[in-house]
This record gives sequence, structure tokens and C-alpha cells, in this order.
Amino acid sequence: MSRQRFSALALIRRGLSGHRGWLPQWRKASPQPAYDAVIVGGGGHGLGAAYYLAKEHKLGRVAVLEKGWIGGGNTGRNTTIIRSNYLFAESAALYDHAVKMWEDLSQVLNYNVMFSPRGVMMLAHTVHDVQSSKRHIHANRCNGVDNEWLEPEEAKAFCPPLNISDNIRYPVLGAALQRRGGTARHDAVAWGYARAADALGVDIIENCEVTGIRKDARGAVEALETTRGLIGARKVGVSAAGSTSVVMKLAGVRLPLESYPLQALVSEPVKPIFPCVVMSNTIHAYISQSDKGELVIGAGTDAYTSYTQRGALHINTHTLDAICELFPQFRRLRMLRNWGGIVDVTPDRSPIIAKTPVPGLYVNCGWGTGGFKATPGSAHLFAWTIARDEPHPINAPFTIERFRDGYLIDEAAAAAVAH
Amino acid sequence: MLLIACPYCGERPEIEFSYGGQAHIARPARPAELDDAAWTEFLYMRDNTKGVHAERWRHSHGCGRFFNALRDTATDRILATYETGKPRPDLGATRELAP
Repeated sequence: MSRQRFSALALIRRGLSGHRGWLPQWRKASPQPAYDAVIVGGGGHGLGAAYYLAKEHKLGRVAVLEKGWIGGGNTGRNTTIIRSNYLFAESAALYDHAVKMWEDLSQVLNYNVMFSPRGVMMLAHTVHDVQSSKRHIHANRCNGVDNEWLEPEEAKAFCPPLNISDNIRYPVLGAALQRRGGTARHDAVAWGYARAADALGVDIIENCEVTGIRKDARGAVEALETTRGLIGARKVGVSAAGSTSVVMKLAGVRLPLESYPLQALVSEPVKPIFPCVVMSNTIHAYISQSDKGELVIGAGTDAYTSYTQRGALHINTHTLDAICELFPQFRRLRMLRNWGGIVDVTPDRSPIIAKTPVPGLYVNCGWGTGGFKATPGSAHLFAWTIARDEPHPINAPFTIERFRDGYLIDEAAAAAVAH
Repeated sequence: MLLIACPYCGERPEIEFSYGGQAHIARPARPAELDDAAWTEFLYMRDNTKGVHAERWRHSHGCGRFFNALRDTATDRILATYETGKPRPDLGATRELAP
């Protein structure tokens, strides 16, 4: 399959001819009777896994089934923050694998994912925050992940809009800065993977919901029942985020997951004013500025499990209160849009990328509130696990059985973010 | 924001309540006899139902009492609330459907 190669020259040429002649970036595929491997879930993680299955593991017939449209779930609903400053060695290896892949992803995919390592600054507001941040910094440096401590004046120098006065409810006592962290364009990640996977022959099948998982006599996966017919597959990778429990129930697999709404909102667009990403876990504020000029703001999860893709207003106003205290100049900005995504949360807030008790069925889930940052790494490791029927050393600790065996990777208590 | 009918106090806004997760998970009567798989099920595995979900709530900024609710997690509509210790109500044919 030949695809148009994107370049500055191609852009200029098309621009001079009125932007006619751009081709669709991927086919609208219809399901074939059978595939070597099928990925359920057309978000960044799923499309990426299909791409790496075709690219690195040379699987000939691969499909991605998506209930709605690609990138319409959490891939299109997050706040695009990328960082790898997690506490434990297992997590640091996992997330740093992703950060390293982000660095040349645009070149690899020939698609501008607008990765911008503008620095992620996590604020400390209490003595406990300061101690916890410094512990993270030391642990990160032991694991080869950059992270540094900034005093309040240094934090303000890095992010001039920040209010470091000592008369606010939660004064800034300092910050941990990961300079390699930043943001990327979330939709472009889904589209870039879709285009690159399609070019390698992967069928991307939208509006196709999985309604049943058929097993053969020895209990291995044999086929998927879908709203677009029966699709044979001996290897099935489920990468369905908030809906993972629902899909896996079709195969009789129970998972330690609960699905919660996580909300985000954007302001009206303004001129460049915010140079980095700022996160405050203590008071639940996550903010950056998109290249369109909107302030992109993340809130905390709602209190209860839900599949509605919406949440309560008081969660957002709580976050906006915090934002307005830290950045008083934003008080008169109007918010344009807010929305929710459904995030699948594990008890230890670490993901699962693993084989399941059903032969041929694999799962990539439990990314909770922070899956976007891991997209390339997660997809790469999931493809490895599916193709070889064994985990890559990086995702080997992220099993379902860790809950039975007591090997939790407890990033919840480590509070890389507030949950 | 949800409007939740506490069985003791009546309808109150969601911010008066705290969420307690899936209901009707009883602590094992004989913990020493459980194997690892049964402990895993008790501690970590959850139904995570899409549809009618029985769940615990606590009216923490009101009467302070725990109770259970049936809520449709596909619509967030609360279908019933009932006192802790009572069996899950059978909504059957009377179940109110989302508009």
C-alpha cells in the first residue's frame, strides 16, 4: 500500500495548489473472516499495538476493532501530559520507555504528533509534599529518570505566571521538575498510528462492537462475535480502557478494575502565556496551554464508578478554585468546553499489560488517570506480549497475578498524582 | 451532581456523601481458611458493572450512616436506596428506564 509521505515540501506543493489531492490517511476497512491477531479498542494504545504487531513482529493479518470511532475515547479526552517521574523502579522503567519513544515518534510515524518536552513541574504545598517530592527525585535519579528540585523562586522563574506568595491557602514551597516531560497532540497520536498501521496492511474497523468471545474445546480464544459479524482470531488483545471489564467479562475473566469518570476542560484560546505543564496533586490542578492557545485543565476523578463519560460540576469548580489561586490572572478567563472520560483504575494504580487465564487472550488495561503518557511504550510492550506469548522484561511485573501474589506496584500510595 | 436519597434523611446533594464502592461484599467468616485466590477475589476483584450496580454510600456530612444504593452506571440514575443489611431490592419489571 502506498501512502502520501508528509514533508514540508509536500505541504508547500499542496498549499500552492489549493490543498487539493490529499488522500484519506487510512482505508475504511470491512472485517475479513479471520485475522492472525485482533486488537479490541481503537485508541492510541490499541492502534499502536496493531502498528507494532505489523511493523516489528511481522504479523500479516492484523485488525483493530473499535466500537465508536478511533481516538474517540480517552485518547481524545485527556490532558496530554507526558512524564515518567514515577517512584518505583518498575514504573520508572515502564514510563521512561514511553518517554524515550515519544522523542522520535513523529519521525518514526512520519506524522507530527507535536511532542513538546516543555517540562512538567509538580508543586509541593506542604512539608509532606516537599519530603515526598524529594524522595521521588532521588528515586528517579537512581533509575536514570531526570527530575530536579526547584525552590519557589526557581519555580517562578521557570513558570512566571505562578503565584508564590506566602499568603495563599496552599503556598508553593517548591517543585519537582522533569524537563524531559511535556505534552503531545492527542488526536495526532491516534491518527498517526492509524495511518502508519494502515500502510502496513492493518484493517481499522470502526463502529464494530465486540459482543462475544468464542473459545475452542481447550478454552483458547477462537473468534470474536461482533456487531459486524463473526471474526476469527487466535490472538486477541483487549485495549479497551474504561470498558475493559465489560469486554473481558465476555470471556469470563474478572479483573481488579473499577471505571471512574475523569473530567477535563479547556478555556477560551489566548496568546502564549503558559510555558510548561504544572501539576498540583495536593489541590488537584493540572494545567498546560495547547498550541491553539486554550488552557488545558485536568480535574480529579469523580467519587463513583460510572460509564457515562460525564461527571459532576463540583469536581471541575474545585480544580478551577485551585487554578485561580495559583494563577490569579486566569480568574477572568472563560471556560469553553468540559468533558469526561472513563478511566479503569487498579487497586495499586499501576497498569496491567499481560496474558490472561484464557490462552490467546491478552489485556492492556488499568492505566487509570494517566494512560496517555504511556501510549507508545504501552503499545510497543503489548504488541511484544501478544506476538511472543510472553511479556517483555519491562512489562513482566505488570501482571494480573501480582494482586494474588502480593507484588503490588503501589503508585497509589506513592502519590505520583492524587487519585 | 447526583441527588441521593439517604434512607434516613431524604434527598441530599452528592457532596454530602462519600462513596464506598461495590456493596454486599462480606468479610470472610473464616479468614484463615481462605486460599490466595479467594483473598484476591475479596480484596481486589470487582464486578465493575455497566448497568445496575449495588454500591455503598455514606452520608458523611449528614447522619453519618452507611446505606446501599442501586444505580445504573450507564446513566448514573439512582434506582433505589436501602438500609445496610437489607437484601438487594428486586427491581424486576418495575425498573424505571432512563428517559
